Amino acid sequence: MEAATTAAPRTPLGRRAIERARVWIDRYGLIVVLLALPVVCAIGDLSDADKFAFVEFNGPDENDLSRLASNLKDGVSNGAIWALIALGYTLVYGIIQLINFAHGDVFMIGSFAAVGLYGTFGLATGNPIIGLAAGLLAVLVVAMIVCGVLNVMIERVGYRPLRSAPKLAPLITAVGFSFILQNVGILWLGPQQIAAPDLIESQKALFTLGGVTVTQGDVLAVAATAPLLMLLGWFVTRSRMGKAMRATSQDPEAARLMGVNVDTTISFTFLLGGLMAGAAGLIYALYQTTIWYFQGFNAGLIAFTAAVMGGIGSLQGAVLGGVIIGCIQQISDNRIGGEWTPAVVFAYLVLIMVFKPQGLLGEQVREAG
Amino acid sequence: MNPRRVIDRHRDLVIALVLLGGAAILPFFFDTGSPFMDDAVTALAYVVMALGLNIVVGFAGLLDLGYVAFFAIGAYTIGWLASGFAFDVNGGEGIHIGVSGFVENLPGIHLNFLLVVVAAVITTAIAGALIGLPTLRLRGDYIAIVTLAFGEIIRVFALNGNEITFGGTYTLTGGAQGITPVDKIDLPFTETFTSLNLRPWFWTALGLVAVVLFVNFRLRDSRLGRAWIALREDEIAAASMGVPLVKTKLLAYATGAAFGGISGAFLGSYLNTVNSDQFQFSFSIFVLAMVILGGMGNIWGVMLGAVVLSFVNNYLIPDVLNPLPGHVGLDFDLTELSFGIFGFLLVIMMVLRPEGLLPERRRKLELGGIGAGDTTGVGTDPEAFYEVRA
Repeated sequence: MEAATTAAPRTPLGRRAIERARVWIDRYGLIVVLLALPVVCAIGDLSDADKFAFVEFNGPDENDLSRLASNLKDGVSNGAIWALIALGYTLVYGIIQLINFAHGDVFMIGSFAAVGLYGTFGLATGNPIIGLAAGLLAVLVVAMIVCGVLNVMIERVGYRPLRSAPKLAPLITAVGFSFILQNVGILWLGPQQIAAPDLIESQKALFTLGGVTVTQGDVLAVAATAPLLMLLGWFVTRSRMGKAMRATSQDPEAARLMGVNVDTTISFTFLLGGLMAGAAGLIYALYQTTIWYFQGFNAGLIAFTAAVMGGIGSLQGAVLGGVIIGCIQQISDNRIGGEWTPAVVFAYLVLIMVFKPQGLLGEQVREAG
Repeated sequence: MNPRRVIDRHRDLVIALVLLGGAAILPFFFDTGSPFMDDAVTALAYVVMALGLNIVVGFAGLLDLGYVAFFAIGAYTIGWLASGFAFDVNGGEGIHIGVSGFVENLPGIHLNFLLVVVAAVITTAIAGALIGLPTLRLRGDYIAIVTLAFGEIIRVFALNGNEITFGGTYTLTGGAQGITPVDKIDLPFTETFTSLNLRPWFWTALGLVAVVLFVNFRLRDSRLGRAWIALREDEIAAASMGVPLVKTKLLAYATGAAFGGISGAFLGSYLNTVNSDQFQFSFSIFVLAMVILGGMGNIWGVMLGAVVLSFVNNYLIPDVLNPLPGHVGLDFDLTELSFGIFGFLLVIMMVLRPEGLLPERRRKLELGGIGAGDTTGVGTDPEAFYEVRA
């Protein structure tokens, strides 16, 4: 009896505590999971540089944060490329709720096209810097157009006839297109990895800041990505077509009634996603200097994870997610071993799905499209 | 009673008896070690796998893009329990249960194939339920990605498992080199199978198909099967009618996975190796293409799809079509492109005939709306605008 009376007032309190904990996990769980890796690494680095790493470190073995900082630096420049690809996923998902599985392979075709065009525009290692910049700009434009048109064609052939079909039908055609494009890649350059000319000497150090060496590749990745992202953000929020895109993503039926041509708008969204993928293709080829037909599959899954992490449908989220995934990947490459990195990234994907399927900036999904 | 009506009522049983009976006498028309027999055994193993995936995708409507994970787990079960992989166990003497012949004296763990199948069913069913757990709250396309992620995680572990050691001697997997040789199937009252005579392999695979077929039909017509179909049609309506979502979904994953495990154990023994190259993502799509080609949800359709695609992959593309590009002056290896051909097949099927070659009647009605109501446009489904949480 006594136990019952003491227990009675406690129950709502306990339940409230559980409720509060649940809300807390919902809100901060993902952030804690994300911060765990760098924090553990930082503690490891500060105490003993090899303690929290399975891979031996070749650099100077000092007990400071320079190793972690270089990991994060590499992560940001890789993440810039993932962000460009993730934008394609997030734009398309925002507007027709389809995971465009073939998007990663469109990016791969972009890389192949860009490297194929080096010769056409007379680009070779050791060109004078002005010629190099002009040539690369031309390659960038062509690669972007190739990928944009390819993406629009895929939408027209594979997704538009299935608009009113069950959700899984277009997803399956997307997987089919992914395989088709991979095989186009095999036919084009063969199944092995190809070395792309290192036009910008991407490993050449520009300057060193606090033990972190910034290379030309890093600068290029960030410097080329940032304006594209700003341009895209401006376009989606300010332009007429951008407004039509956001209207369609909120309510296609109402948008149609307001005079928005929904089909054109969707095609245009695919075009934008393809343009970003083409740009990512060139930057990837310059930064990594190896390309192969399977890069799109890996990059696609990583970028999709990034888009989900940031909150699918949110542009800022895709960029944030790209940078975070880039950092996770670099830390994992550097400390756990590159061969395990896919498993680490996918484990994060599963964790996001469990803890916070709407992603970090997911609340904005319905407003910002 | 009118014999016609008896046949009508037991149509599936009659078809099953005719098909299995016809298949059973097939080996007598071919050489014991002929390439056709090889392809036929593989095709039957794929039928088992496709029927398993059909439960998850066709019945319950949960798109699983990581089905290869269960193939892998089933194959590794036989790799661990019926080979010399754990060479040091029991002081180098090995553990032998229910095996005869020269295997009895080999080091390592050697269990009878039937025991291995039971173990494979248990491990894959548990793995299926575990992989299903994080997807419970998610919508269709997210389920696809999470299952894909699990499939890739398993592949990475298969590939790099030789770096993970237990007690200094045992590794998790054989990596890319694989676990080989794997014990041949050794059933009671028969001699141990050999790779020269493929007939016993064929009949064993046929027996597995018969069992799996029986289970599939009984499940489809059971309370659980109806719950799966209800779930596929409309999750919210099913839940409000009292279908327990969690249990029903997890059972779908576990059952489908168990079939993959059976087939994986069989293929591990038949192919005589368990290596990480077998467990690519493309294999998941290969099995999915079988289900879609045949007709999601229709058991006969899925069997047809599996047989057709495995012969396309193992016979038509490498043996018949491969010289063609050479004849017209093109220089490429068609076998490298087989998955491009499957991708093309997926797109064509989805756009032109989404219900498959032999459509399930219910699924056909469901898909009937394609192209009919153009005014519906995109995403008119109000549910689509809510977040991934149901």
